[in-house]
Amino acid sequence: MISPKDKAVLLKFLPNDDILTQCMHCGMCLATCPTYELTKLERSSPRGRIKLIKYVAEGKLELSNLFAEEMNFCLDCQACETACPAGVQYGKMVESARVVIEHSNVGSSKINKVIKKFLLNSVVAKHSRLKLLARFLYFYQNFGIRTIAIKLLSIFPFAKKMIEIESLTPKISKVFSSEGLKEITFPENPSKYKIAFSTGCIMDIAFAEINFDTVDVLQKNQCEIITPKNQVCCGSLHAHNGEIEKAKELAKKNLDIFSEFEYDFLISNSAGCGAFMKEYIHLFVDDPQYSEKARGFSIRVKDISEFLANIEPNKQMSPLEEKVTYHDACHLCHSQKVMEEPRKVLQQIPGLNFIPLEESTWCCGSAGIYNVTRHDDAEKILERKMKNLQETGADVVVTGNPGCIGQLKHGIEKYGLKMEVLHTISLVKKSMDRNI
Amino acid sequence: MQPSILEKIKKVVGSKHYYDSPEDRISYSFDGTPMLQQLPEAVVFPQNNEQISELLHLANKEKFAIIPRGAGTGLSGGSIPVENSIVVVMTKWNKLLEIDSANLTALVEPGIVTGVLQKEVEKLGLFYPPDPGSMNVCTIGGNVAENAGGLRGLKYGVTKNYVLGVEMILPTGEFLKIGGKSVKDVAGYNLKDIVIGSEGTLGIFTKILLKLIPLPTKSKTITANFKKIIDSGKSVADIISSQITPSMVEFLDNTTMNCVEDYTKIGLDRNSEAMLLIEVDGRGSSVDEDAETIVSILKKNNAVQIRIAENAAEALLLKTARRSAFSALARRKPTTILEDATVPRSELPVMIEKVREAASNFNVAIGNFGHAGDGNLHPTCLTDERDSAEITRAHKAFAFIFNEAIKLGGTITGEHGTGLAKKDFLESAVGKEGIEFMKKIKMVVDPNNVLNPGKILTLAPRCEGALPVKREQIPDYNAHH
Repeated sequence: MISPKDKAVLLKFLPNDDILTQCMHCGMCLATCPTYELTKLERSSPRGRIKLIKYVAEGKLELSNLFAEEMNFCLDCQACETACPAGVQYGKMVESARVVIEHSNVGSSKINKVIKKFLLNSVVAKHSRLKLLARFLYFYQNFGIRTIAIKLLSIFPFAKKMIEIESLTPKISKVFSSEGLKEITFPENPSKYKIAFSTGCIMDIAFAEINFDTVDVLQKNQCEIITPKNQVCCGSLHAHNGEIEKAKELAKKNLDIFSEFEYDFLISNSAGCGAFMKEYIHLFVDDPQYSEKARGFSIRVKDISEFLANIEPNKQMSPLEEKVTYHDACHLCHSQKVMEEPRKVLQQIPGLNFIPLEESTWCCGSAGIYNVTRHDDAEKILERKMKNLQETGADVVVTGNPGCIGQLKHGIEKYGLKMEVLHTISLVKKSMDRNI
Repeated sequence: MQPSILEKIKKVVGSKHYYDSPEDRISYSFDGTPMLQQLPEAVVFPQNNEQISELLHLANKEKFAIIPRGAGTGLSGGSIPVENSIVVVMTKWNKLLEIDSANLTALVEPGIVTGVLQKEVEKLGLFYPPDPGSMNVCTIGGNVAENAGGLRGLKYGVTKNYVLGVEMILPTGEFLKIGGKSVKDVAGYNLKDIVIGSEGTLGIFTKILLKLIPLPTKSKTITANFKKIIDSGKSVADIISSQITPSMVEFLDNTTMNCVEDYTKIGLDRNSEAMLLIEVDGRGSSVDEDAETIVSILKKNNAVQIRIAENAAEALLLKTARRSAFSALARRKPTTILEDATVPRSELPVMIEKVREAASNFNVAIGNFGHAGDGNLHPTCLTDERDSAEITRAHKAFAFIFNEAIKLGGTITGEHGTGLAKKDFLESAVGKEGIEFMKKIKMVVDPNNVLNPGKILTLAPRCEGALPVKREQIPDYNAHH
């Protein structure tokens, strides 16, 4: 039977019975679940996983490696939440099950758990260390070392997978956005909106240009932009990977830092971060010290496309003739329910030839760090996305999340497509730049 | 079950297609039906006809039960395991084998998803009309086994109207082929109509031949709200008697409408007592004329807010919203017990009143919706499975509703099947002789009662899984909270 220690963890972290009972197992989620589509096994489906979590919570099923495997196999794409008419909070359940797994003896080996914990809690969570690592990576990627390393490694057959995963490492930016951006950027025209800008961690070091583009477009749309220097990781990667305590610690830091500024909206251009920052309000609902702060914070969080779609935009844009398609990042469409807005923003670009993407809301397999921790599964998920992308015949695929950008670039290279991957805001910027 | 028997089962399908972990057994212990569950001994995915046949031979020899299963979205417990059983899952048999545009037929494997088949045939201008609420998930095999209906039943009929033939493995392991592409076929007994709706008790389908029809080229979707529920019932009666056959006439009461609006946010009127969703389809100008006649009937019956969908996308949105009704009701309470009492269409307004009476007499919340045009209602009890007193009241309310439906000349189930959930009421609907006749057929075809036993007819064993508990009832829970 379950050990007393495990039981204590279960009861502390698993959601309450009302949340677990809400699933009436009608099965409407099955058709939207990428992992169920792969295995066709109920245990890889949302309703199957919920049932397993419920059995564990009731002490009728022991924590097992298979249980851990299914919880970690889940992409946490939350497509099932969009499909669920009953409003079941699946993400909450699976994330809490992961916390329990991280505290237990099941799942990946102790050493793997320690490495993952170290990377998440001591590197990603400490932005200075992440930047240091990024500097090394930049050096590695840009001074011929990478080329030599790959050549050397490719001699060994066992290193094939390593090289494949290595190729997923995002290309590190020369100048990090946290260093290239001023703490306050004033607009070109009189200021109408006061914006706080969340730079994100991966965005900052690997997609700095997207951050520069974001600030640039905001600046041209009458925004005064505050970019707090000491902001930290939002904690979403931690929360999705069973490190909820660390996630809360980071969230509190951000709440304190941003509360020193006054702003109308807090803009994020990373779907995963935006989704989690909107969650702060629920995360601290019972915390007397932070609940008010979290409320004030979360209600102001807007994805960049959400903000742009709801203002009178700067119309100084010139035509772009590319064929463009749009991939919905899970954390934008399923978690934040932001679907119309990015499309509206794209349609404001004159001359744009927009081609809808079949199954645009189907996960690309990036899913945070899933494409690294579960590379083989992610590759299978990616295959379906690539097939649909190829059918559009588009020149550019636009999306709103750094993880998706990386994964799509990897897929395009792997499948030999001729397609550029851009963030929504970068395409807007491109159209604005041509005007000059 | 003895490990040696499980070993033999594993050998038949191969270890890659055999699952018996606690996790697998738990995740195949239930389907879409509330509150019923039972762990199977194992779950298998057979690869070919021979394996299915061998499994059935083995079941007869070793005396275990076989439960066939599609997507597991059934609502009468048809695919829930019984004691000493294995589940045979057919979802990987999902090929569309042939579309014959000369004869207007489609040959499919039973695991193909209904919605997927529909999309494929519609690309060719053809139409497979049966559209159960779960059409994007459920399988054709399950639809045939349950003789599933759907929104379009009013004009286009139900699954049985589109089955031309089946290939199946009988409970004793033999292969049987019934029917074919001929439109007319009266050779011998009409076996097709015995196996359609047999709920997995008479055979496991391996191929299904379906009839297709030309796709209507035009449709109009209309919604109307009513301040008084009775006016919606009268509208339905007037539309039917005006000799128009819409493709659907769907009814939603206030509770259902509010839950659907919470989910879809498409702007349904939260304050009216009832809503109708009506669609007319066909070819040419008759569609517009029918739509006009319907609008005038709705106006005459005090409808407010009559809305005609402007385009196909809006129409789809409205229909999708309606299809989510059953699951959306779980927003109110976690356990939604849904029934499908059906009455002759003229009795619909009476039946709607009877459902309201049941709710107040037995003190349960009931959301009511359904296929008003064909008299098929889905009164749904909104309960909490952890509250046994409330569940008892819900069962009493349903006994009352079934009784009233039968008194009005109706039946206990229009499209969900009897399964486990309604077998106690079957006799009142079909009579003693009816049940005896069915039992005789079952006993001849399946002498050892190995295929989906305990369903429809009260032949042992019964399904009695563990009942859910509240967290507070778990030892040590309070110590941590």
